[in-house]
Parts: sequence; C-alpha cells; structure tokens
Amino acid sequence: MSDNFLDVKNLKVHFPTDDGLVKSVDGLSFALDRGKTLGIVGESGSGKSVTSLSVLGLHKGGRAKISGEIWLDGEELVSATPEHVRRLRGKKMAMIFQDPLSAMHPYFTVGAQIIEAYRIHNKVTKKVARKHAADLLGRVGIPQPDRRVDSYPHEFSGGMRQRAMIAMALSCDPELLIADEPTTALDVTVQAQILDLMRDLQRDFNAALIIITHDLGVVAELSDDILVMYGGKAIEYGSAEDIFERPEHPYTWGLLGSMPRLDREPTERLLPIKGSPPSLINVPAGCAFHPRCAFEGRTGGKAGTEVPELAETEGGHLVRCHLPREERRAIWANEIKPNLESA
Amino acid sequence: MKKRTLVVAASGAALALALSACGGGDSTTTPTGEAAPAASAPAGPTGFNAGLDAVTNPSDKKGGVLKMAVTEDWDSVDPGDTYYGMSWNLLRIYGRPLVTYNPAPGAKGRELVPDLAESLGVASDGSKTWTYKLRAGLKYEDGTPITSKDVKYAVLRQLDKTTYVNGPTYFNDWLDLPKDFESVYKTPDVNTDQAIETPDDQTIVFHLNKPYAGFDNFAALPATVPIPQAKDTGIKYRDHVLASGPYKFDKVEQGKLYTLVRNDQWDQATDPIRKALPDSYEITLGVQGDDLDNRIISGDLHVDIAGSGVQPAAIASVQQDPELNARADNPIAARTWYISLNPDVAPFDNIECRKAVLFAADRTSLQTAYGGQLAGDVATSLMPPGIGGWQKIETYPSAGSDEAKAKTALTACGQPNGFETTMTFRSDRPKEQAAAESMQQSLAKVGIKLTLKGFPTSEYFTAYAGKPSYMKENKIGLATNGWGADWNDGFGFLSQIIDSRTIREAGNYNLGIKDPAVDALVDQAFAELDTAKRDALWGQADAKVMEGAYVLPAVYAKGLLLRGKGVTNQFITGAFDMYDYLALGVE
Amino acid sequence: MVTYIIRRLIGALLMLAVVSMVTFSIFFVVPRLAGVTATDFANRYVGRAATQETVVEVAKKLGLNDPVVVQYGRWVKGIFVGSEFDYGSGVEHCPAPCFGYSFVTKKPVWPDLLDRLPVTLSLAVGASIIWLLAGVAVGVLSALKRGSLFDRGAMIVALSGVSLPPFFTGLIALSLFSYGLRITAPGGAYTPFSENPAEWAYNLILPWLTLAFLNAAAYARLTRAGMLETMGEDYIRTARAKGLKESTVITKHGLRAALTPIVTIFGLDVGILLGGAILTENVFSLPGLGKYATGAIAAQDLPKIMGFTMLAAFFIVMANLIVDLLYAVVDPRVRLA
Repeated sequence: MSDNFLDVKNLKVHFPTDDGLVKSVDGLSFALDRGKTLGIVGESGSGKSVTSLSVLGLHKGGRAKISGEIWLDGEELVSATPEHVRRLRGKKMAMIFQDPLSAMHPYFTVGAQIIEAYRIHNKVTKKVARKHAADLLGRVGIPQPDRRVDSYPHEFSGGMRQRAMIAMALSCDPELLIADEPTTALDVTVQAQILDLMRDLQRDFNAALIIITHDLGVVAELSDDILVMYGGKAIEYGSAEDIFERPEHPYTWGLLGSMPRLDREPTERLLPIKGSPPSLINVPAGCAFHPRCAFEGRTGGKAGTEVPELAETEGGHLVRCHLPREERRAIWANEIKPNLESA
Repeated sequence: MKKRTLVVAASGAALALALSACGGGDSTTTPTGEAAPAASAPAGPTGFNAGLDAVTNPSDKKGGVLKMAVTEDWDSVDPGDTYYGMSWNLLRIYGRPLVTYNPAPGAKGRELVPDLAESLGVASDGSKTWTYKLRAGLKYEDGTPITSKDVKYAVLRQLDKTTYVNGPTYFNDWLDLPKDFESVYKTPDVNTDQAIETPDDQTIVFHLNKPYAGFDNFAALPATVPIPQAKDTGIKYRDHVLASGPYKFDKVEQGKLYTLVRNDQWDQATDPIRKALPDSYEITLGVQGDDLDNRIISGDLHVDIAGSGVQPAAIASVQQDPELNARADNPIAARTWYISLNPDVAPFDNIECRKAVLFAADRTSLQTAYGGQLAGDVATSLMPPGIGGWQKIETYPSAGSDEAKAKTALTACGQPNGFETTMTFRSDRPKEQAAAESMQQSLAKVGIKLTLKGFPTSEYFTAYAGKPSYMKENKIGLATNGWGADWNDGFGFLSQIIDSRTIREAGNYNLGIKDPAVDALVDQAFAELDTAKRDALWGQADAKVMEGAYVLPAVYAKGLLLRGKGVTNQFITGAFDMYDYLALGVE
Repeated sequence: MVTYIIRRLIGALLMLAVVSMVTFSIFFVVPRLAGVTATDFANRYVGRAATQETVVEVAKKLGLNDPVVVQYGRWVKGIFVGSEFDYGSGVEHCPAPCFGYSFVTKKPVWPDLLDRLPVTLSLAVGASIIWLLAGVAVGVLSALKRGSLFDRGAMIVALSGVSLPPFFTGLIALSLFSYGLRITAPGGAYTPFSENPAEWAYNLILPWLTLAFLNAAAYARLTRAGMLETMGEDYIRTARAKGLKESTVITKHGLRAALTPIVTIFGLDVGILLGGAILTENVFSLPGLGKYATGAIAAQDLPKIMGFTMLAAFFIVMANLIVDLLYAVVDPRVRLA
C-alpha cells in the first residue's frame, strides 16, 4: 500500500535483445498526488517515455521484463492482469502523445476517435458521445466544435491536433494524465498556448499530471516536482524550485544551460552538453554520466568505478552524484549559475 | 504435317492386300454386314496390345453414356469441312457416308463396306464412272428421306474451299467439273451433271476426269455424308449437323461441349454396320492433356478422341503400373518423324555430305528423343510400314550410328574435317528439341558442328522451315519435320512430301526432295491403274528418296492409347490407327 | 468527383485504343515487317490440302491483303457499327459491338467472349474471396505472433504458394482430391450458377483453392508486412492507451490501415483475373476466357486474340479506376481532383 495517489517503487523495465539486455528503466521511484504535476526530464533514450508507457501497461508486450511496483490509487499495476490494466487505461489514466499527426488514426475523424475513447468506458449512445466529444473539443479551445468533430486529423493544424489529442485523453475524466512531449512538434507560441491549456485543465480536473519532456523549459512553470533521468535512472529529483534554483547534478546543470529561454537574446549560444547519451546496453561503469561530466575529475576516481547512490541532499531533494554536497553547491554557485545568467 | 491430323484411309492397296481373294482393281466386295465385334471371342482378350487385333470386352449391351474428351477442339464437326482422323472416325456416329470402314480390329478395319450405299461402287468407263445406289428407308433426324441428291449436294458444297477450308481436295481434283462451276453458292445454276448425276433419288453417279480404281476410298470420305440443300447454312452448318446416323446433336457449344442423343429416325434395318450401343455421347473439348489421361485412368472418361496417344506423364505410368499397362495399346501410326536436309545450302548440295549426316546420326538416340520405343520404331525410310509397297531399306544404320562410313562420306564430299550448319526445330515441342540436341551430339563426333535454332510451331512451316526462301537465305541445312498419311497408301502419304512440283512458297513439309527421278516415279504411280504395281512404284519412290539422302527418317510414330474403364467393344481400327468409335459401348 | 470520373473514363477509352493498336501491331504489323506476307497469314487458316489459289482466295476473303491501317479501321468500325460476314450460303450481320469473326471457327468473337465470361467470373470471384479472407487472416495471425511456430510455418507455406505455379499445384490437387480421394470434381467440370449453385460450387472448389493458394500466399505475406508496420504506428499505441481491447485495436485500427494497400492490389488482381486465369483454367480445363485465349493464341486466331485482349484490358482499366475511387473512400487523406 501507499499513501500517494501514484507511487512508483524501484521500477525496472528491461528488454532482452540480440545485442544484450537493454535496461531502459533501471530502478526508478517517484510519487505523485492528485492535482500535482511531475515533470520527467531527460534526453532521448533516458527511459522517460518507457516509464510512462509502463505505468499505462503499454510497454511492448511480452518481451519487456518489468519489475518493481506501480501503485495507483491503492492498486498495484505491475502484478495486475493486463485486462485489469486495460480497463483502467483511458478511464483512470490517460496519455497525451507527442506528434498527434501520427498518434491519431488518419482514417477516422477526430470526433470518432474521441467518441470511441469515451464509449469504451461509458455505456452511452453514439449521440450522447458525440455531444460529449464536441463539448470536449470546445473545452480545449477548438472553434466550431460541432463541425470540427467530423474533421479528419489531417484537416487540423498542428496545434489543433494537439488540442484534440488532449480532448481525447480527457474524454473519461482521467485521474492520472501523462503527457509525452506534448509540445515538441509545435511552434513556440502554440507551445505556450498548449501549456496554458494543460495547466487550466489540470486545475479543473484535479488530475495528477506527468509531463515528459527533454526540455526543462516546458516543465519550468507547470511542474510541482521534477525528475531528471539519465540512462534509465533518476539522477536528480526534487521540487521545481530545487531543480531550478538549487540543482546539484552536473547533468541538470547541462540541461539548464541548453534550455532555450524567451528572455535570452536569439544570437546567444546555448550551452550544449558534450558527448551523446549512453548506450543502454553498455552503460558506462560507475556513474553513467561520468564520460560526459566536466567534473568527473573531482570525484577522486569513483566516477568510473562506483555507481553513485540517489541520496537526499535536503528535504526531499535527491541527487545521484559522487561529488560531495558542498562541492556541488559551490560549483553551482560559483561556476555554473553566474555563467548561465551572464550567457 | 500441318495439323494434328491423324487421317488414315484404307487404300485400294490395303483392300487388295487384305482381301487378296477378291483381286485388285475395281472389284466389288460383298458387303460384310456382320461387323467384327460379335465375331470375336466372347470373353475378349485382355492385356497390353489386346486391342490391336481383337475386340476387347465384347458386349451387345445397350444404354449408358459414353464420355469422350479431347484436349482441343478439332476443325469442324461439319462432314464437309474436316480433316482430322479422329473427326472422320467419330462423325460416323451422326453421319453416314456412302461407304465406310469395317468396324473391325487391325487390318480388317481397313476394309471398305457400304454404308448409305447398298454396295460398294460399281465402276464403268474404265474406272472413270462410279455408280452407287442408296439403301431404302434412309431418313434424317427430322424424318425427311435421304436422297442421292443430298449426297450430290454435300459433295459439291464442300468443293468451295474458301468457305470450307479444312477438308481434303480429292473431289476438287478428280471430279469432271464444268469449267464455269465455282461453288454451289456462287454458281448455283450451273449444271453439274457431268461431274455427278442423280438419275433418281436412290442413285448417284460420279464422273471422274481421270480413271481411279480406288474411288471407294473417296466415297468413304466424310464429304459424301448427305446434306439437304434446304438445311445448308454454310459455315454455320456446324452448329447443327443434320444427323443421318444413329445419333443426333443435342448440345453444341463450340470449343466446350458436344452431346449427342439417339436419333429415333435412324433405322437399324438400314444399317448393318452400326450397333448404336450407348444411349448418348458426351464429348468435352479443351481438356488439359494430363488431366484427360488421369480421368481415363480413373474411369471418369472413356475415350480420348484424339487417339494420338497419352501424355508423357501417363506413358511413365503405363510403363510402371502393370494394371495400367494391361489397359494400353501401342499401335503403329501412319506417321513418320523425319529430318529434312536442305540441298540449297552448301555443303548439302553434295550428296556425300548428306550421306555423312545419315550415317552419323544416332538412330537409337533419336528414337529416345522422340519418346522411346513406345512412341515409335526407328524409321528406315519416309514411308511407314503398313502402307502398300513399303520395304525396309538397309543402306543406313537402323540402330546407333556408323561413324566410319560417315567419315568416308565426308572425305568424298571434300569436307574430311566436317563442317558447320544450322538446324531448326519446333521450340515448343520438347521431343523435337531433344531430337535436335541428339543430332548435335552425334554429328559432332564426325566433326559436323550444328547450331540449333528453335521456332514456334505456329510459324514453323509458314515462315521458317516450310519456306524454302527463308531456309536458303539463312543457310539452314537441317530441319525437323513430320508427316502423317491422309491416305493409307503411297499416294496419300508420299505425294505431298516428295513431289518437287508441290513445293510452294511456304507451308511445305518437303524441303529437299527435288529429284526428277522421284517426280517421274510419282507420275508413273499416278498413272498406274493396277494397285499392286502402283504400290511397288511408291515403294521405289520411297527408296529413291533414301538413295538421294534427302531426308533422315527418324521414327515411325506409335501411339500409346488407353482403353477406358467399362468400355465395351474397344479395339484399334486399321483405318485410323486409333480406337474405332462406331463399335463402342458402355457396361 | 464526377469530373474526375469522367476524365478517368476518357483516359480509359484512350488507353483501350492504345492497347488495341499495340495488339493489332504485334499480330499484324510486326510479322509483316519480318517478311510475313498476306498469303503466309492466310496459310494458317486453311486446311493442309489447300492449294495456292485457295490460300490467295482466303487471304482476300479475310481482308489480309489490305493495308494494315485499313484492316484496323475495319476492325474498329465493326465495334461501333457492326460488320457483315459471308458464311457461304448467305451473309450475316454481326451487330455492334462486333469484334470480328474468328478466322478459324468462323464464329463472331463477342458472343463467344460473353459466353466464356461467366466461367472466369465464377472462378475469379470465388477464388478471390477465398484468398482475400485466408491471406489476410493468416497474415494478421502471423504478424501478431511474429516469430512463432505458426508464423514460420505459415510463411514457408506462403513462400511455396507464391513459388508454385497452378499447373503444378492444380495437377497435384486434382490427382489427390479428385482422382485419389474422389472428394472433389474432376477437371473440366463446370455447371453454371443459374443451373445448380451447389454443383457450381462443388465443381469450382478445387480451381478456387488452387488459384486462391497462389494469391493467398502473396496476400498473407503482404498482410503480415502491412500489419507489422501498422501495429508499430503511433496511432495503434494511442488506441491501446484509450483502453481498447486488443482485438478491437487489431481489427479496427490495425487492419483498417494495413488493408488499404491490399485493397488496391486486390482490385487490380481481380481485374487482371477477370481477363482469364490462364494457367488455372487450362489445368482444370475450365472453358473460361483464359482457356479461350490460349486456344486463340495457339491457333493464331487474330480476331479472337484482339477481342480477348480488349476485354482483358477493359477489366484492368476499370479495376484501376475502381481502385482509385475506393482508395479515396478508404483513406480520407486521398482527395480526388
């Protein structure tokens, strides 16, 4: 049992492949309450999408090995039957996918797709469902929803599609909403609109919201908590304030440095993280991030040999780093923060 | 030969041989009303080749459906427009010619017996005039009486070869037709009595432009099956041929199906030849060859009308399966597969080089190429045995080859090291391809290099091997060829393929036989009234062709036929070298 | 939409005109270029006893001496206004559409074609339903159970189906089921549907299966590939995320998309088949258009070949048009203009 609405404990999702075991998610724990928002941030392949899919029970079929516990509203999902999880999907927990052009079926009208989602879990007539769909479309800000119900996805603009996608996810008033890169495919002004919409809706529905993104900027204003993932593991987890004001992991610093900000001059250069994400098959020994870490030399050689623990640095702020706490804070305060602000 | 025709007709010669007691010439044979089936042993013989000279499974039981099939449609069921042996054999169930072949096994099947006529023809005017008298009480399926005028009309009608393109031209060539007569359609008013007279409804008199002692053979042609002028619908007559025989057409679906049912106007009393045992005939056309064989083996079908033999797959089954073997007959057919040598192309203008080929060709290998022993015997000349005047010619090997003599001939030809030439074959005929390859191998042993060139059957004679100008221009020295008799004597077999004067612009089966001595023998044979002497002349002509080394005879074809399950009175008739279709019944 | 259809129909007519010209050229012009004369042509349609004079007469009668353009013009005219045929004892008018008279059987070609069509239609419709259902079912199962024993087995069978020609499978099936077990009709059996539907089906079941086997195999492979691709699409994941049952996900969302290309190919295949299943019809001795065509080609019966080619081309052109229209119905992203 768990007290939290959503409580993920030591989640592991491993895929056996011909090349070896892919540890997409390797011992992840986090918790979330109703009305709260969690941002999961990481690069491609960090395991963030797999995490969300496994919460919904959508990780690829029989081939994935999943262990750990996922408690949702007092029910454990990892050990539940697939059929039971299916009944929860869409109703209790729903997902907003990225790139709605490919995530919506091209042969069915937007309305039909929302109606379908609604009627799976609600025994209502088509007519009622259609009305509901139009209402939802209106609610997510689509003009002339009664007419647009009969449009096909390709007849929508990108932002409209994303709104429709959100409407579809909301069709059964889910208590847990997972948004996977909800704004990636959109241009910046539309991004802002969608994020506003999601914030409004979350408030209205009082749902628990997980936003998955590679872009810290997206979660900056929306999230209560932020989980930074790297190589299938959490490397920093804390409140949004912790992450933005007192980040302690070099990777998080990197993410902050590479975050495009509206208040920056467009000519200014981002600060990319050197190197590329680790192979999930041959995860670097020791700290998975150490080959890319600028401060690896200050760990006294531990970086390449020992896997650092995810340890509490203070009040619910967890960091997985070999650098001593004081040194991390010093580096942040003296070397990183001024740089970010001046840059 | 041009078509898959297997037309064999008994000649005066065969008749003379078979009935030597009656003598040759324009004799009349007493009608042998009592046809053979009843005469044979009650139980009937069984086993391989049982049907060659005896009636198998004899029975007089009437009733049942006789199921026949054929891989393709034949030219026409119109008696005036057909040149297929199977058709000539079959049409006698619905049409009655003046004279026909005795339904009896083997050589006895070549005997002519009167059919519509009361007796065989009565000759006068030195065999230039032939008179027949029709039997009394003959009727068509519609009940109208059959008259001699209908026979006359039928014969005259089919002279129009632009309408009836398929049939033979014997009447065109031999009747004493008025000059202004073109056809029954174009010149209906021209008096044709100088060719055919009908003094009364029972009598018909033929006048020939030259004497022919074997005219009964003509009277046995389907062209004498009567057709009333009122019912003639030209080329459309084939849609419903008016029956004079014991069966009439019920369904006619060209290319698909014919069914025939009993003709209740036919009177057994007028017909001593036919027993008319089955109640009906069902003839399916366009049946895939292997499937056809399978159906005969299984008993779903009774007879393959084509009568030319089973497919290779079934040959193998017959060889391996004793039960099937016991149902098979392997008659020799009046057909020869041969290879023409082209004297228009050097060095075949030199007889020694031609001889070299004849010596070097491996006969055994050629026989294998043409399908082995069941498919044919090694040929020693063009004319097949069984035709009057045939003699075995021993100049060239009849098994294997004779390389030594081939080399001697090459030296004599001035080509001691051999030469190169091209050989054509029908590319869609695996047997001919095998024959060509066999030639390539055996000739290579004496230094003659062959380049093989295949052409499709459809164009083979019209555009390639049958077109002398093409063969000359392209320097093609050898060509596979084949010919079947229309006519079971030298006239019917040889005249079209050895007489240099019949060589046309295209469509020839004779490529290289252009020998004045041969032509002279042909002329002599035409003029000879005595059958025995005539046969001897054809034999000499055959020998002369071999002397000139103009052709390399490969095999005398044999067919491998299967007797149907539950079929009665099945036997090979010497007239057609296939099962006789008049006598058949079903159990 | 209407203008689109009209435009396509005009295009189809033009296409047929081109096909007719090409076919005509192949059989009339090309041989002439190769030196085949009118009498050479005529030689094919006379008996073996024909004299040179007869051949010349026949060439004249068949109009083979005329320039090819004139012959073609006469052929086209026949289609639109009909033509006359001298059958010896009289002259017959062959009403439009008259595709001429067979040089060999002297029958008008068009009624013959119409007569053969039901056989081919029966064969094509029955077989295509079987192969579509079987092929798609096997393909879907294979895709869903990718790598399983069923999948491997099915794909091996499918490969053999694609590779084995009907004249092999057909003959094997005949000897096994018709002559061995005696549970199916022997070759050559055909009963019109209107006469006896049960017998019609009984007679056709083996040809259907033979033909279906060939195509089902191809369709199974196509469906499998299509399903594998489709089931990996994002919208399938979306459908699952809605809580849809897996069976609904597969049939409604997966199959719908995977079948689109199959529908296209199916339409074309049926169109081609309506022009005659040459091998199958020959193996089973079915008197359909394919059998008609092989007979016509073997006999070099040009009017028959022309008629058959035009009918077959017509079916293919129409199938193309229907498939295009259908595509727009199936996939809303396609708009016809």
